[in-house]
Amino acid sequence: MPAVSKGDGMRGLAVFISDIRNCKSKEAEIKRINKELANIRSKFKGDKALDGYSKKKYVCKLLFIFLLGHDIDFGHMEAVNLLSSNKYTEKQIGYLFISVLVNSNSDLIRLINNAIKNDLSSRNPTFMNLALHCIANVGSREMAEAFAADIPRILVAGDTMDSVKQSAALCLLRLNRTSPDLVPMGEWTSRVVHLLNDQHLGVVTAATSLITTLAQKNPEEFKTSVSLAVARLSRIVTSASTDLQDYTYYFVPAPWLSVKLLRLLQCYPPPEDAAIRGRLSECLETILNKAQEPPKSKKVQHSNAKNAVLFEAISLIIHHDSEPTLLVRACNQLGQFLQHRETNLRYLALESMCTLASSEFSHEAVKTHIETVINALKTERDVSVRQRAVDLLYAMCDRSNVQQIVAEMLNYLETADYSIREEIVLKVAILAEKYAVDYTWYVDTILNLIRIAGDYVSEEVWYRVIQIVINRDDVQGYAAKTVFEALQAPACHENLVKVGGYILGEFGNLIAGDPRSSPLVQFNLLHSKFHLCSVPSRALLLSTYIKFINLFPEVKGTIQEVLRSDSQLRNADVELQQRAVEYLRLSCIASTDILATVLEEMPPFPERESSILAKLKRKKGPGMVPDIEEGRKDKNVNGGMEPISTNATTKSTPSPSTDLLSLGSSPALSSAPPSSSAGGLLVDVFTENHAPAAPGVPMGPVADDNFSRFVCKNNGVLFENQLVQIGLKSEFRQNLGRMYIFFGNKTSTQFLNFSSSVICQDSLKTQLSIHIKPADPTVDGGAQLQQILNIECVSDFVEAPVLSIQFRYGGTLQNIAVKLPITLNKFFQPTEMTSQDFFQRWKQLSSPQQEVQKIFKAKHSMDTEVTKAKIIGFGVALLDRVDPNPSNFVGAGVIHTKTTQVGCLLRLEPNTQAQMYRLTLRTSRDTVSQRLCELLSDQF
Amino acid sequence: MIGGLFIYNHKGEVLISRVYRDDIGRNAVDAFRVNVIHARQQVRSPVTNIARTSFFHVKRSNIWLAAVTKQNVNAAMVFEFLYKMCDVMTAYFGKISEENIKNNFVLIYELLDEILDFGYPQNSETGALKTFITQQGIKSQHQTKEEQSQITSQVTGQIGWRREGIKYRRNELFLDVLESVNLLMSPQGQVLSAHVSGRVVMKSYLSGMPECKFGMNDKIVIDKQGKGGATDDSGKSELGGSGKQSIAIDDCTFHQCVRLSKFDSERSISFIPPDGEYELMRYRTTKDIILPFRVIPLVREVGRTKLEVKVVIKSNFKPSLLAQKIEVRIPTPLNTSGVQVICMKGKAKYKASENAIVWKIKRMAGMKESQISAEIELLPTNDKKKWARPPISMNFEVPFAPSGLKVRYLKVFEPKLNYSDHDVIKWVRYIGRSGIYETRC
Repeated sequence: MPAVSKGDGMRGLAVFISDIRNCKSKEAEIKRINKELANIRSKFKGDKALDGYSKKKYVCKLLFIFLLGHDIDFGHMEAVNLLSSNKYTEKQIGYLFISVLVNSNSDLIRLINNAIKNDLSSRNPTFMNLALHCIANVGSREMAEAFAADIPRILVAGDTMDSVKQSAALCLLRLNRTSPDLVPMGEWTSRVVHLLNDQHLGVVTAATSLITTLAQKNPEEFKTSVSLAVARLSRIVTSASTDLQDYTYYFVPAPWLSVKLLRLLQCYPPPEDAAIRGRLSECLETILNKAQEPPKSKKVQHSNAKNAVLFEAISLIIHHDSEPTLLVRACNQLGQFLQHRETNLRYLALESMCTLASSEFSHEAVKTHIETVINALKTERDVSVRQRAVDLLYAMCDRSNVQQIVAEMLNYLETADYSIREEIVLKVAILAEKYAVDYTWYVDTILNLIRIAGDYVSEEVWYRVIQIVINRDDVQGYAAKTVFEALQAPACHENLVKVGGYILGEFGNLIAGDPRSSPLVQFNLLHSKFHLCSVPSRALLLSTYIKFINLFPEVKGTIQEVLRSDSQLRNADVELQQRAVEYLRLSCIASTDILATVLEEMPPFPERESSILAKLKRKKGPGMVPDIEEGRKDKNVNGGMEPISTNATTKSTPSPSTDLLSLGSSPALSSAPPSSSAGGLLVDVFTENHAPAAPGVPMGPVADDNFSRFVCKNNGVLFENQLVQIGLKSEFRQNLGRMYIFFGNKTSTQFLNFSSSVICQDSLKTQLSIHIKPADPTVDGGAQLQQILNIECVSDFVEAPVLSIQFRYGGTLQNIAVKLPITLNKFFQPTEMTSQDFFQRWKQLSSPQQEVQKIFKAKHSMDTEVTKAKIIGFGVALLDRVDPNPSNFVGAGVIHTKTTQVGCLLRLEPNTQAQMYRLTLRTSRDTVSQRLCELLSDQF
Repeated sequence: MIGGLFIYNHKGEVLISRVYRDDIGRNAVDAFRVNVIHARQQVRSPVTNIARTSFFHVKRSNIWLAAVTKQNVNAAMVFEFLYKMCDVMTAYFGKISEENIKNNFVLIYELLDEILDFGYPQNSETGALKTFITQQGIKSQHQTKEEQSQITSQVTGQIGWRREGIKYRRNELFLDVLESVNLLMSPQGQVLSAHVSGRVVMKSYLSGMPECKFGMNDKIVIDKQGKGGATDDSGKSELGGSGKQSIAIDDCTFHQCVRLSKFDSERSISFIPPDGEYELMRYRTTKDIILPFRVIPLVREVGRTKLEVKVVIKSNFKPSLLAQKIEVRIPTPLNTSGVQVICMKGKAKYKASENAIVWKIKRMAGMKESQISAEIELLPTNDKKKWARPPISMNFEVPFAPSGLKVRYLKVFEPKLNYSDHDVIKWVRYIGRSGIYETRC
């Protein structure tokens, strides 16, 4: 506040403020404020005109009261009056009040805008600045609407003062951020770029901020700024520290401008012009050189400014990722910072190194610092820095150092901060799997992991270890031995019991030869943990027991005894009880052959993306994980062993056998084998029980009432009854689609054993491949569950897949089957074409099989706009002025499937008198034409 | 149990800090200051948990009293203790203010040592405390052995609130029935909620160890007697004149001297009174309340910039009685820019700092009425929200009990000394005050 000089000071205001500050209590303060407000109200009543000074004083008091946290609902008019004053101080207070207090107030905003307009055209630089600041401070849409056109003009006008230009650039930046659509791009862009050449460094700094933001949106238009920025940067970097006078900050020339220029350059790839490129490299080198020089000052500001420029330069180097020498130098520089006294520097260095590690040029260089990083992990006091160190270790890991890094991470895990444990666990699990050379090592590592941080090991991690053990015969024996030994510990984590139970159930026979791990010993060991486990784990252990019966007939009696005990047969939990009853029955009735078939070893898991990696990504948000796969060239080290996801997923060939891991969702019967002959036998075995219908077969009628509504739209409610609401959100691109299904629990009680699957009938399996991500088995009352469906269209199809969900509500099992609105037209890409093109193609598709025509009566009113919207929603481009008859609708599009693309032309001729439509479709495939015609004709 | 006790001034400076247990550190003092006194949002809950430490606070004018504990204590006990603590301090040095506390800090520490031991509340009876904690520090040296042993036996004995061997030439006792009446009334005169909370305060100057019996027109007692028969030995009832015979007491609490077992079985209030002033009982009633004043508001909005208010108050009790200290508070809108007031009686003034017109009348007899009219000028604002019209509130003092409570008797028996019930001079006084007495307009 430059202008409150002595003669102009407001005594009343000063007295008021000191009164407020002297108030003994809050109540006294409120009293004083009420009194002042009453006084101001009586002054503003309008009986007598106030002079500018008192108006300013009272407005100022109001502002002060407002900033103390009280509501102000008057005085706006007086503030607006101040705007038209000729005195700087009065105008300033007016603008201050407006920018703090005015909220797009309808009747005043016009007056304010008028005042601003006057000031903008006043040619008085201080007034113009005040007006620009006000626009930027308010930054509302109305402001943008009113002034978006004027400000660029002021910015590029030749006769504008430097300070005004500066304000104008920043004001434009602000408007561009709040309402980008209102700020027109156009003829002024090129002239804005030339502001980078301005004499005045302040203008350049402001302009750089503006250009950076604009360039992020449309890089093409501001491409020319690269060469100017490089030139400007090199001039700054090479200048002596005294050259820039005011803009030298603690011996660093124009640090802010340098940082901004470097940021601007990060919007673009490395310049193609060799000269500019050379010059830029020179600059970067100079910056790196300067970092090596002894500091010119001991002040912290000097090193801060210097390092800011340096780090920005390093980010630029990483962004360009093209100059090996620079990358290595940057890496070395960061290496020095790793041991710096300043915590912030260490943090930044680790963070930058993470990105450097993913570049092929500097990966090796980063690896040289491994000892320092490990040391940082152990000794660093600040948890956020330790976290960065973990990230960096993860990023720099490869085959050569995996054992060391994983060992260190495991070491650290024992003492790690609780907040980052889960992440470290995931990272260890991924690294161990990704770079495992020796699977015995892998198994050891994961078991160790479960031992150290059992609580933080998520489901995915132990699913994964089981998958890998099952898929690799060479480690099965070793795994069985190791888990057996691990289970010997008096207290072991439940996750370990799960892994142990599963692995021993499958491969216990491999170690049964040793008398120390005879079948009975194995069983007793597992059963000793049984009572300490939660229900899902117990269920898993029961499955292990039945598998034991198959593997070791000698323990059959013991196990049957256990299953027969009241605590199993009459367990309060339905799942456990059912398993116990069924397993007992199975073991009593079935012959050994049948048992052997039913309880066969699990088939290898299909290979898919690692669910652990997906989880880590989800946890950190996209882009946060330094992606090993993308960055490194030596990916696919374990080519044959690509990650898989475990959980019960809907495969394109739904076999009734789901893996045992889908504990909560599938009833015990799901372990029935795929072979149909044995299946027949099984049905006989269980006829005494109420055999639950095998999962995977849709039960009850399939609801499709809402199906046709989704042909032309992608979002909405698909199904609703008194219990559950199913909502859909979907997006499609080319032959791929993603559908979000929302299951809303409308009741107040929890749904248990919730499971959902998508069933494709017959030929549809080959035409459409659908991957469903598994969902939680419980849905809380009133809560919503989201499930994601990934869809790929392989070839054209007619039928629609069926979504079948099951859950337990209040003890009864509910089955709901709904047709999913995945229709062929979802894979349309609209194509624009001219009238000439259209008719040419129309003629090309003239063979009779290719054309389908249907004449039908309108079901809805024949509104042109509605029809248009429906056609566009259908997926085709609506072509204007193609058909000679303007009331006809013509559309064109291409259906993308994995195998082919099918072009499609359509024409819809409404006849309003007869309330009839004629729909003609021509595509290169007759089945497609048929299907599309059916779909579309239903809509009108 | 209570781990420590702190007293702060309004700025959060610590005036008194007494820590009883090791689990309370010095940082607890700061924690309360930062999280409660200086909290950004006013803390309304009297109990605050900060880092597993509980803070119980009460505020007296600008002074904060906070009891701190790490244990799971009985919150009601802690608050009872804090209130007692306030009473004790008031009894020793008058109003609880920063200055008084600073001047008496030695005394306060002495008191705290006595009434809290290792965090357990001890005897907090002012009368008893005053016998051995005195403000004239040296006096204790002059106390004889006998006196000291007498104090010990009293404090540790069964009747801790009264010492033996008290002698007065004139046996006298004063009984005050203090009531505060709360009301919320609709503009049409409909009672939305009303209740009376009352206290019976006694000042006794009686010799020896007298046994007292207090009787009032409690509905349960009266009904029982009516049913029981005509043998009304309690003397003639004075209630004859006033309309209703008995009142229904919703709930009540007693001083520790009252024998609760007797109250529970016979509903009679008998006790050996402490010497000097104390509060015998508290009670609350909600039925058949005599409302001393009726407020009739009339608010008219004339255009956007003017408001006309007319308020009539009517006194509703016997014409022979006089109400005092009458004050009517009429809230004004927040955009008031000027007020003109005309009143028939008393003085009225617009107080901008409180956003209200305050009308004061010194005295007013029963069955009278008076009125005020005001013109309020408003500043037009662009604010669309309407004035919320807060209720008109009123303060007064009347010389009767609005609940209808009447003292029927207070009998004193002292078998050992030679004075009887008739020799005791008894004074009874009724004072009714306004609590929150509001009428919507």
